[in-house]
Amino acid sequence: MNQDIYVVIEHLRGQVADISYLMLVGARALAQTTGGEVIAVLLGHDAQGLANNMAANKVLYVDHPALAEFTSDAYQKTLAGLIREREPRAVLFASSSIGADVSGVLSARLNLPLISSCQSFSADGRPISQICGGKIMAESDLPDTTTLLTMIPGGYKPEEGQSGKAPEIIKMEAPSLDNLRVTLKQYIEPEAGDVDISKEPIIISVGRGIQNQDNIEIAEELAKALGGVVAASRPVVDQGWMSTSRLVGKSGKKVKPKIYLALGISGAPEHVEGMGESEVIIAINTDTNAPIFNVAKYGTTIDLFDLVPALTEKLREIKKA
Amino acid sequence: MITTEAVERSFYDKVLAATPDGEQLRVCLECGNCSGICPFGYLMTYPPSRLIAMIRANRFNKVLETDTVWMCVSCYACTAVCPSKIPLTFGLMTSVKEELLLAGNVPAELQTALANSQRYGNPQGESPRKRADWAKDVKPDIAIMAQAKKQVDVLWFVGDYPSYHPRVLSTTKALAKVLNALGVDFGILGPDESSDGDSQRLSGERGLFEMLAEKNGKAFGKYQFNKIITTDPHAYNAIKNEYPQLGISYPVQHFTEYLVERLEQLKPMLKREVKAKVTYHDPCYLGRANGIFDQPRALLEAIPGVELVEMAHNHANSLCCGGGGGGMWLDGFQWEKAHARMSEWRIQEAVKSGANILAVACPYETPRFEDAVKSLNIGGQLIVKDIAELLAESIG
Amino acid sequence: MNIVALFKLVPDLVEELEIDQNGTALNTDFLRLIINEFDDHAIEQAILLKERSGARVSVLGPDIEGADDVLYTAASKGADQVIKLTGDFQGKANNHAMARAVASTLKELQADLILTGVQANTDLDGSMGALLAEYLDMPYVGYVSGVNTVDGKVVARKEYPGGLVAEMEIKLPAVLGIQAAEQPPRYVAVSKVRQAMKTATIEERPLAEADLSGGSTIHRMFKPEAGTRAEMIEGSADEVAARLVGIFKEIGVL
Repeated sequence: MNQDIYVVIEHLRGQVADISYLMLVGARALAQTTGGEVIAVLLGHDAQGLANNMAANKVLYVDHPALAEFTSDAYQKTLAGLIREREPRAVLFASSSIGADVSGVLSARLNLPLISSCQSFSADGRPISQICGGKIMAESDLPDTTTLLTMIPGGYKPEEGQSGKAPEIIKMEAPSLDNLRVTLKQYIEPEAGDVDISKEPIIISVGRGIQNQDNIEIAEELAKALGGVVAASRPVVDQGWMSTSRLVGKSGKKVKPKIYLALGISGAPEHVEGMGESEVIIAINTDTNAPIFNVAKYGTTIDLFDLVPALTEKLREIKKA
Repeated sequence: MITTEAVERSFYDKVLAATPDGEQLRVCLECGNCSGICPFGYLMTYPPSRLIAMIRANRFNKVLETDTVWMCVSCYACTAVCPSKIPLTFGLMTSVKEELLLAGNVPAELQTALANSQRYGNPQGESPRKRADWAKDVKPDIAIMAQAKKQVDVLWFVGDYPSYHPRVLSTTKALAKVLNALGVDFGILGPDESSDGDSQRLSGERGLFEMLAEKNGKAFGKYQFNKIITTDPHAYNAIKNEYPQLGISYPVQHFTEYLVERLEQLKPMLKREVKAKVTYHDPCYLGRANGIFDQPRALLEAIPGVELVEMAHNHANSLCCGGGGGGMWLDGFQWEKAHARMSEWRIQEAVKSGANILAVACPYETPRFEDAVKSLNIGGQLIVKDIAELLAESIG
Repeated sequence: MNIVALFKLVPDLVEELEIDQNGTALNTDFLRLIINEFDDHAIEQAILLKERSGARVSVLGPDIEGADDVLYTAASKGADQVIKLTGDFQGKANNHAMARAVASTLKELQADLILTGVQANTDLDGSMGALLAEYLDMPYVGYVSGVNTVDGKVVARKEYPGGLVAEMEIKLPAVLGIQAAEQPPRYVAVSKVRQAMKTATIEERPLAEADLSGGSTIHRMFKPEAGTRAEMIEGSADEVAARLVGIFKEIGVL
């Protein structure tokens, strides 16, 4: 085993996910305690260019037509060989639709420990995971063997994982990728024609606390008065009360507005992943212990059904004046 | 396979069996009064009279394909006007909802409230351990039966919304203040209390109602008390009329009934003037369903400064706030169908009556009517207060 | 086709969570358990598949408090077989141990398709589904929000951020991590569940000894620090609204 920290780069349709850069920063923090290098692992087809701005000591690049788009089987096979052969200290995956499909399978296949939902590393290199919907943090020992980790956002800034200097890129041989059990048939594009919430500077977001579809209207009134748009967390979209194009979070859009006003949102990590980097988060939730107050700059436990109409009214008055 | 006829037959029997007067269904005169008085009857594919016709014609399976029965808020208006005394609300409408529920034809919002009631013992999905949290900052301390370990005169059945809803908490605390002022020896169940289950029953979830009633029955059995009082007319209705059928029998009063009996003691305490024109909204399950019309009015009239005025619909003709029979958990569904809210109709009546205060006696009503005041944008004109709040204010 | 839906019970976050005296685990005295919501979706998806194209559905989970409720509810939704896995697992088991132990039971059931929640709020060593797939030598796809079976294969809708969906074709037998069923889990009337309690039988199958290797060792558990908490605004609706308007002005959006 060497002391290097590997980061499995996550990309989709030519775009590197922010979490990849964030993991490079996390890997740097961990490498400082292990004394190794930060090495990005990029799998793809004609995708080498994606590595140019990565803040890594080296990039291991595997090119194969079967890696052009993500499938769990092809990624697992490729990474299993690479990890087995090179035995890094740790391998970071995103806790995401891509990383979670691969990391668990590899842990079982290679008989290596896996620690998930890691948000940051302690000063002595212990992974700190966030569990129970963000209500509990768990600091684990880093096992004395190659360890697989999945990372969630919140602990590091993705911007710091980018570099103006292109890293050294080492091309690796791909294994045989025939007889794959999982194949991509097609992509289905998200519903179009709606506003792109990821580009909006003011977002009023509604969660379970809005109680029913009817009540979304008060959020819309507020959005109109403030000049923003309405977005939602998963339970609201699952109920069919708002379209998927308005979903903020892990399975929805990632937003970074100037103001993110969270109405009746508890702040589960899956949601925070989509809005944690907003400039100013204001949370309105009657549960004093809701984790949303741990990411918000301002909070209030007043009932949203009292506050929102009052706020809308005030904003309208200001506009009139 | 069950034949359609068998389904029809069994349903007919079920409705008949649902209540002691069930066989009255056979004597429907087809006068249509029920469908006419139903506040949302105009939106129903099969309002009560047509439902009866469908059942008599063995075409109930058609009804199961529709969802407008969920517009029924169990307000009891149809039952009150039926010349044949058919138990339309408790029998017919509730049985139809039961069938829809078993067939999986249930709006999602209602499912959430029912699932919460099943799991947490309250429709809001709040932590059952926190049911008495509201009492923490109330002085003098309120006896929670499991901890107090003593006999009390009155067991106060607080209810779901009075225990958790941020707006209704003020009613709850006001009533605690009034009871304390009168020196009532009372206690609450706190985490031992579950939803009374009445609205769940009226939204077709009989099994859930029985489960909740059994839980409450068990809790009642653990402690010593002389009578139960309730904040909520729905709880009052359940404990008075439904629980005894499950073998759970206790003397019960709505708090307005209980306080009227102590009016002579209460009157000298009502020192502060509440200078206002007050109109009183008869809650369906206090008024129409249980005949309690005068007691709440007597309490209001005892408050110095109060001038009582009536709305166009009052006493047995009162309009529903829209929260009963599951309506509390169907706001989105009903708005989609109706683009109207019963609570707003009522608020418009209250304004027309010239009142400055709308007094209520049911915990569903304060939040519903306050929302309506806001959405009608008539903020300064009318305020909504529970009778308990007005009494507490007058005590000062 | 044999479809197996696998569930676990996790802390109900409606209740406060406490950390035990050693500071390395949740205090189980105060825990109230609830079905992992994603597993609930997995059960719903299994039932939907059965209703749509016919299948035998088995639902199984560990024998801990609350499991009977889940199983009887599943039976009343239409599950053909409900199984409780017995063994001393509560508190100690990690997903690696669970997945290893469950794998042998699943082999006995000859499952063609195994559905389980994509994640659970207590996962500290990856998700059940991915581990299980590998121990069974089956392919795995997670973040699935819709499944169709076509001639020995399944086509799954796999969700990516931003609303993008990939249709993945997967050879059977396979394990899928369910993010959401095609419709929210249905409500079952209490009377139906009570009926299932009389008619359905919960089978019990013993689980093999727990092998915890592959999981994490917790050094310390704690609640997120209060230092990072929001500045709380108190007062009436009007006062809070006024303060928020002030904040909007400071930020420059007004």
